[in-house]
Amino acid sequence: MVLSEPRAMAKHIEPGMRVALPVDYAGVSMAMTRPMIEHGAGDLDLVCVPTGGLQVDQLIGAGLVRTVETSAVSLGEAGGAPRFNAAVKDGAVRLKDATCPAIHAGLVAAQKGSPFMPLRGLIGTDLLRHRDDWRVVDNPLADGGDPIVLIPAIKPDVTIFHVPMADRFGNVWIGRRRELAAMAYASRTVLVTVERIVEENLLADEMSAAGVLPALYVTAVARAPKGAWPYGLWGEYPADSAEIARYAKAARTAEGFSAYMAQAQMEPA
Amino acid sequence: MADVLPREVLICTIARLLDGVRHVAVGASSPIPAAGAMLLRALKEAGGAVGPRISILGSVEHNFFTNGSAELFDCAGQGRIDAFFLGGGQIDGFGNVNLVGAGDYPRSSVRWPGSFGSAYLYFVVPRVILFREEHTPRVFVEHVDFISAPGVSAEGVFRSGGPVALLTGKGLFRFDKTRPGFELESVHPGHDLAEIKQATGFQFKHDAEPRQTPLPDGSTLELLRGRVFDELAETYPEFAAQIRRDLVAVDA
Repeated sequence: MVLSEPRAMAKHIEPGMRVALPVDYAGVSMAMTRPMIEHGAGDLDLVCVPTGGLQVDQLIGAGLVRTVETSAVSLGEAGGAPRFNAAVKDGAVRLKDATCPAIHAGLVAAQKGSPFMPLRGLIGTDLLRHRDDWRVVDNPLADGGDPIVLIPAIKPDVTIFHVPMADRFGNVWIGRRRELAAMAYASRTVLVTVERIVEENLLADEMSAAGVLPALYVTAVARAPKGAWPYGLWGEYPADSAEIARYAKAARTAEGFSAYMAQAQMEPA
Repeated sequence: MADVLPREVLICTIARLLDGVRHVAVGASSPIPAAGAMLLRALKEAGGAVGPRISILGSVEHNFFTNGSAELFDCAGQGRIDAFFLGGGQIDGFGNVNLVGAGDYPRSSVRWPGSFGSAYLYFVVPRVILFREEHTPRVFVEHVDFISAPGVSAEGVFRSGGPVALLTGKGLFRFDKTRPGFELESVHPGHDLAEIKQATGFQFKHDAEPRQTPLPDGSTLELLRGRVFDELAETYPEFAAQIRRDLVAVDA
């Protein structure tokens, strides 16, 4: 593990990489969004675990995204994700529409080093019809019939998220947001921003150890106070819904999006 | 006591539809289904029985999962979730739900957020209640433009769950998976069959003179306006405040 800072961490991202990002309430590293845009590596294939929001919309608006694999993209109560919706209409991004447990299943397959995970549901949906990477097979353990969908392993090049703390050994506290661990297990590179870095070893205490992603899976950690803003961070601070609404309004047009992103004041006052 | 508000009729109808469930999951921004589940719990507990367990997604207080956002789906796959609510940009007469967009996929003319967990939960949760307040022909269509989740499945496809009812701002329909199709069960106060026919883009069965959706009795209403709206305010403060303002307005 390397103690780093967001701009340096963004350099791990290369054009054409597959990048996994968490759902808006799990710990989104908004602190990495601008460094990613400044760094400029494009043609990214995003994997939203299992849905996307502000960060995904901003990366699309900045023209860095080639495909979006997701169960949904929205700004929650602030409405639809404007740059995502515009890119869909223009055909500017390729969609790999999924359903939440299929994203989780693909990560679990990668976590286990297996080529796929079978998943119930999906048969008869247009999601399945449009996914040539998903396969339907008959359950080999049944007496015949019983079709089931195989979800191929999702192996991101990079996973990026934000959590309350890491220790100076690179162990990262993820609490009960276990999807962050699943993403990390499945990924080659894991970039984490944190509110604070603590002196004590988080693995030394059984109570904290249970919620720790060990340094084994962590490539680099950077301190970024309020790093999820304007999203909230569990146990730390609520979402700034006024700011998310302000973005939603501004980003209705490409010009409005550029003006919003050009503002120097991006950190909370 | 003030007259019953249309949204109170919906909440009380949901409580009736949920009767008997052990565990109901509610989406993050679904105050009316949450209120229905809370009302059922309050009614059961008032009668000395055990109320249903309620999981509200995205809520810290009403969410006991410790295995991340995958646990809800695992829980449903294990048969531990009895009821769930599903909306939809479009819902058709076969119970198909579209959460993806209107027009030709993938370049939808109107894009909605996406299918979320519907393509799985619709298959494995036994009592899915379709809930959409807006009752218009643009929502209730003959055929959805994209099937996020199908109302019924072919024989031989694993299916332990599916839709049982469709509740709208105008009425309540039951779903018959053998046809498949909807049948109008009751009409909410202030609405009528002709209006519902005009607002529904698909064919449905109905009586010549469908009955009215039952109104809650005094003690149910008292529980709803007391304990339930107090509980609801913890997770949906703005919704609870609004409905209380509406009650004051109709009382004046």
